[in-house]
Amino acid sequence: MFQEVPLDYYLVLSAILFIIGTIGVLTRRNIIILFMSIEMMLNSVNLTLVAFSAFLGNQAGQIFVFFVMAVAAAEAAVGLAIVLAIFRKHQTVYIDKLNILKW
Amino acid sequence: MSLNYILFCIAAVLAVAGGIVTITSKSPVRSAMALVVQFFMFAAIYLTLNAQFVAIVQVLVYAGAIMVLVVFVIMLLNLGDEEKHKEKSYLKMIVAFLLGGILLVTLISFLISRSPQITILPGTSINQGTVEAIGKELYSGYLLPFEAIGLLLLVAIVGAVILAKRKID
Repeated sequence: MFQEVPLDYYLVLSAILFIIGTIGVLTRRNIIILFMSIEMMLNSVNLTLVAFSAFLGNQAGQIFVFFVMAVAAAEAAVGLAIVLAIFRKHQTVYIDKLNILKW
Repeated sequence: MSLNYILFCIAAVLAVAGGIVTITSKSPVRSAMALVVQFFMFAAIYLTLNAQFVAIVQVLVYAGAIMVLVVFVIMLLNLGDEEKHKEKSYLKMIVAFLLGGILLVTLISFLISRSPQITILPGTSINQGTVEAIGKELYSGYLLPFEAIGLLLLVAIVGAVILAKRKID
């Protein structure tokens, strides 16, 4: 089967989105934006897995993506519950104010 | 310049634009909406790869469940626009520029390399990536991880409910 878009295009797009997600995680103070950047990074890795799976004809990549999505959903649920609990106690969502564990 | 190519280019540009809006927007709701757009663009890119099952699951799980959860939490916490940070952090800017520089080097090396671009899918059929093909492999070879994921999701549900309760009674 002839695929018009080369494999490199998918990999470069995945790299761009991963770097955008990393910059978001390292630069923003809001926990919710942090979560969204982490989801963006997970999605870019999913894109790499699916691209290789389609180009190699191996289904294992797409099944792995299925599991990554399930883990990401579980992590989002638990993480946002933690954010709610933290907000109830400290009334803030900015990570530089959450510094009780700092020495 | 087939339909596949055009769809990939449009979806890629919109995904990157959505990503930039997500990390640079002051309002959390605008970031969430940009992320939803990004997830739909990811689904379109998966469709250009003939990965139909993954595309549908992406829309269902990410855009349909996770983003709804995020928007609910933003609503519950009543988050307004982010206020201006008083002191400017130079470390963050340095890190962001460093990462941007690494990405730039990667992109330039890709553009210069002129290696033969892989366009032929070796030995694949049109049936790969369909629900039937994924289901056959998932339920025969990957049955144990599938059941374990069910257990993981159950644990996550219980944990999320307990963590978000007001008081344990």
